[in-house]
Amino acid sequence: MRLSHILHLGIKELRGLARDPMLIMLVVYAFTLQIYSASKALPETLNHAPIAIVDEDRSPLATRITEAFYPPFFTMPQMIDQLSMDRRMDAGLDAFALDIPPEFQRDLLAGRNPTVQLNVDATRMTQAFTGSGYVQNILTNEITGFIRRYSSSAPSTVELVLRARFNPELNQVWFGSVMNVIMSITMLSIVLTGAALIREREHGTVEHLLVMPVTPFEIMVAKLWSMGLVVLAASALSLLLVVQGALRVPIDGSVPLFLVGAALQIFATTSLGVFLATMAGSMPQFGLLLMLVLLPLQLLSGSVTPRESMPEAVQIIMLAAPNTHFVMLAQTILYRAGGLELVWPQFIALGGIGCALFALALWRFRASLK
Amino acid sequence: MTAPVARLEGVGLSYGRTRALEGIALEIPAGGMTGLIGPDGVGKSSLLSLIAGAHAIREGHVQVLGGDMADAAHRATACPRIAYMPQGLGKNLYPTLSVAENVDFFGRLFGHGKAERERRIAELLASTGLAPFADRPAGKLSGGMKQKLGLCCALIHDPDLLILDEPTTGVDPLSRRQFWDLIGQIRAGRPGMSVLVATAYMEEAARFDWLVAMNDGRVLATGTPAELLARTGTANLDEAFIALLPEEARRAHQPVVIPPPLAADGGPPAIEAEGLTMRFGDFTAVDHVSFSIPRGEIFGFLGSNGCGKTTTMKMLTGLLPASEGSARLFGREVNPNDLETRRHVGYMSQAFSLYSELTVLQNLDLHARLYDLPAAGRDARVEEMVSRFGLAEVRDALPDALPLGIRQRLSLAVAMIHAPEMLILDEPTSGLDPIARDGLWRILLELSRQDKVTIFISTHFMNEAERCDRISLMHAGRVLVSDTPRAIIQGQGTAKLEDAFIAHLEAVTDKAPEAAPIAAAAAPVAARHQPFSARRMFSYTRREALELRRDPIRATMALLGSLLLLFVIGFGISLDVEDLPFAVLDMDQTTVSQDYALNLAGSRYFVQRPPLASHAEMDERMRAGEISLAIEIPTGFAQNLARGRNVEVGAWIDGAMPQRAETLRGYAQGIHAAWVSAKASLLLGSAAASLGFQIETRYRYNPSLESVVAMVPAVIPLLLLVIPAMLASLSVVREKELGSIVNLYVTPVTRLEFLLGKQIPYVGLAMVNFLLLAACGVFLFGVPFTGNFLAFMLGALLYVVGSTALGLLISTFMNSQIAAIFGTAVLTIIPSVHYSGLIDPVSSLEGAGAWIGQVFPATFFVTISRGAFSKALSFSDFTNEYLALLAAGPILVALAALLLKKQAR
Repeated sequence: MRLSHILHLGIKELRGLARDPMLIMLVVYAFTLQIYSASKALPETLNHAPIAIVDEDRSPLATRITEAFYPPFFTMPQMIDQLSMDRRMDAGLDAFALDIPPEFQRDLLAGRNPTVQLNVDATRMTQAFTGSGYVQNILTNEITGFIRRYSSSAPSTVELVLRARFNPELNQVWFGSVMNVIMSITMLSIVLTGAALIREREHGTVEHLLVMPVTPFEIMVAKLWSMGLVVLAASALSLLLVVQGALRVPIDGSVPLFLVGAALQIFATTSLGVFLATMAGSMPQFGLLLMLVLLPLQLLSGSVTPRESMPEAVQIIMLAAPNTHFVMLAQTILYRAGGLELVWPQFIALGGIGCALFALALWRFRASLK
Repeated sequence: MTAPVARLEGVGLSYGRTRALEGIALEIPAGGMTGLIGPDGVGKSSLLSLIAGAHAIREGHVQVLGGDMADAAHRATACPRIAYMPQGLGKNLYPTLSVAENVDFFGRLFGHGKAERERRIAELLASTGLAPFADRPAGKLSGGMKQKLGLCCALIHDPDLLILDEPTTGVDPLSRRQFWDLIGQIRAGRPGMSVLVATAYMEEAARFDWLVAMNDGRVLATGTPAELLARTGTANLDEAFIALLPEEARRAHQPVVIPPPLAADGGPPAIEAEGLTMRFGDFTAVDHVSFSIPRGEIFGFLGSNGCGKTTTMKMLTGLLPASEGSARLFGREVNPNDLETRRHVGYMSQAFSLYSELTVLQNLDLHARLYDLPAAGRDARVEEMVSRFGLAEVRDALPDALPLGIRQRLSLAVAMIHAPEMLILDEPTSGLDPIARDGLWRILLELSRQDKVTIFISTHFMNEAERCDRISLMHAGRVLVSDTPRAIIQGQGTAKLEDAFIAHLEAVTDKAPEAAPIAAAAAPVAARHQPFSARRMFSYTRREALELRRDPIRATMALLGSLLLLFVIGFGISLDVEDLPFAVLDMDQTTVSQDYALNLAGSRYFVQRPPLASHAEMDERMRAGEISLAIEIPTGFAQNLARGRNVEVGAWIDGAMPQRAETLRGYAQGIHAAWVSAKASLLLGSAAASLGFQIETRYRYNPSLESVVAMVPAVIPLLLLVIPAMLASLSVVREKELGSIVNLYVTPVTRLEFLLGKQIPYVGLAMVNFLLLAACGVFLFGVPFTGNFLAFMLGALLYVVGSTALGLLISTFMNSQIAAIFGTAVLTIIPSVHYSGLIDPVSSLEGAGAWIGQVFPATFFVTISRGAFSKALSFSDFTNEYLALLAAGPILVALAALLLKKQAR
């Protein structure tokens, strides 16, 4: 092994990348626009949820309730009759249908404890969960407000004062932006190294290298460091300029510590890129394989859904994926301002997975040259 | 004289900034054998594809068979009379299809009935000697057999004009001779047929009736071979071609003079091979090859493509470990792990394999470093190479911008950078024009005679082989003979090396089956052009289905891939939050406060962790992610409650994951409210009054609020869009990339037949996929199916027709498979996730998103899928959705047919 070979082969990779406008555009896009737009586009808890109201009461209170629903949380309510309610919900037109019974206001004021019926289309999980809470809250506020005007004796209350730590407003952008950076790191480190290897193989230049006094180890390490460096630099810039700059996400934790973790992650995923490239016969097969690998890495790593929500078997299997540990350490470092004393287990796991993937990729790479 | 079969006037063609053809004016005589001669890249193929109608005409006029080829109506009637065999071995064939299936496919395209087809196929296979191999896949044929099969496919419809683009390049001389004999027989059977051939072999061209010499996109000269020789006063066509070149191109040329070989110096031979054998599986690529090459000799390897030349060279360089036998370089055993011998060898592989992203100088410098040349002399050595190989003017150019001849000089310079004692060159001159080829040979001779470099070179040109000191004739992995060219010719008593080679080949190959004479042509096929033919459409369907069946990787990827994704998304996007860890900081320590904590712990959503002692501990444990919720019960909690005062319970939630925090907040509030209304009144009497009204919430269709029940019916439409669209678009783009799209250009098949024919198998595959996904959803995920399954299935059928059609539409503007994969992914995933009601209902979208959502097919199938799975709906409830989907498929196919090009552009 000669360091100078690794250095110069790596520089060659960088020069090659510099002359490939498509890949450069992909890198720039993935670390700027992609992160910006994907973070901005994350659905706020409730957004324009379509609601319909069956008003059988037609009282001032019913009107007051109807007027309490407006954008951006809800659409302007559709006033419908009871007959069309089922049909509309079957067709998926309304997510919520509120049925205010006849004589509701009179019964309420008479203390007869009337019932409002709220129909929720539970095939829409996001809205069913958070939305029904909102609807109930709005109803309670409007009705208690209405009662207060007519009777002064308010009951004593036991209140639950909820505060969110680390992200007081539960802002989705804070969370989404960093998770998108992680996704871009994973995707690009796999794509860049994998494509670099397949390109060499398709052009026959790998064979050309092998008749020279250069070992497969040197060729592979050169690809890892050069492409990894590009991804690491791009992710650092993206964290500073896009996440902290354009998206104004406050980061309490240590960015350098996060970048050390990112370097370990990149070591693992660039090795994975080489491994996948040796498995795929051609660029198209690499593309299909990529789809099947990237989606599980993203969806099951805990960056979209909390790990606790997944079946136990999935949780255990995903411990073998580098992303799972990277997501954990990123959340601890960047959101909860945790230090090395909290994330060392993830660092060790990530390093171990990286070494295993590297060994596997090197073995496959050597075998594929035969 | 009869009218010419093709007449060209002022024809020009550009690819981007490259000018391929310039001011071509030609009249090609009918009924004869016309040859286009010239090196690679001078525009021969472009000219042929224009005449065949495969490429759209940009400048000038092309008249073929009495009509204008720019006119689509004339093309429709003329193309059944033209047969076109593009360049590249078997490029328009389908490698996984058998010989008979390939010919059958073309027969169907030309509208022959079953009996007619069978008769013609039997006849053609018999006459080409392919009959015994009728069931062999085309991809497993030798080069010569592939070309014969190509010819069968071209002749199936009795063409009047046969266009062959370099049909014999890379084929061994015996097969080459058989091929031309076959053409001769066919012409004897069909005297009216005109044949137009491009070739790089001048010795072949000498036998043609009429020649067109081309260089640099222009016609140099036309005439019979004898006329060309007489006009230039030369003895052979190679020299005649050089003489025809413009003055400035010829100036650099000097004839190659071969100095006598060096006397042996008595040292160990440079290369020694003994019983070298290479097996790939049960295929023996190289079979016990032995030879010995002394230092300073130029040793040639002569043979066809695929005869084992490259494999032998790879074993000598240590790229491939030999299965058997041994090779020694300079007396040392070749060992793939021994980097030391590599320093004595320079290797130049068949295809140009330097880095096209590095400049000439950067390439030389990189290789100098990789060979560890000492820093002191490195730059000087690079400069020496630049001047010796004449690269000074192009030192900062990128290789792709250079002519082939200069690129090959650069490859040679790179191979020589470390001053090796031996050069291994794999077909270094293929594709070069005669002048560049002679230039390279002068360098090789100088290296051999002056620098005593041993040169091991492979070629399939006979006249080059004659320049070597000694040659080996190779065929099917075996060396037939090794000697000096002169001795080989004398040994066989022939006049030329080619004849000697053929004599050797005939000695080892089985006698070619006696070719049956071609029967006189049957009645020509009806010339009337049908606007739509089900037979042509199904010929594509049949072929696509066969290919799909023989390429199980794609089909398996489609089926297993979508199941995997269903699992990943079904489990991955879940809003069910359970077993959240929480801890309590209880400052009250009364039975009431403990009951409050117990109430939380008792729900299935929360798990209690050891209590907290201080705020600092709470902070620390939450930071470590150990607890997600911390409850603080203030002092005097029970007392104040009992007295009817307002009390506050503090709760902190981990906001690192906002979505989880949101859900957690909902649970905490719910449990808190339940405790307040139930427990508080129970423990404390009626101090806490009720609100005075009730809200009855009915979670319809999914009463237990399970994520999978919501996710699975929404994911199936997503997968049934993305994967069928991707496969359909790949199926078209694959043909574009591999070149078989040319069959769409030059056969009577219409765009609509082509698209529909390809779509049908993918609709079938998608339906299998649909059944798998639905079964998986019901039986593995346990999602209750409440509606009518047949209604669901009808919706799915209409939907996958639409999604495959969308893939076809996308394929019309994609040119590479990788672009098709990512392009289809982006163009299908984003609209289906964001605009078709998967997350937000279409009715809540605004602006462009709302517009897309109202027409995108996924919107309608999401409604059907949810309705059928969870809402107990049936046929009559889906009328609107059916109608919308019914319209989507035909509209998309029609659009794709409009945008697909019937000619290359």
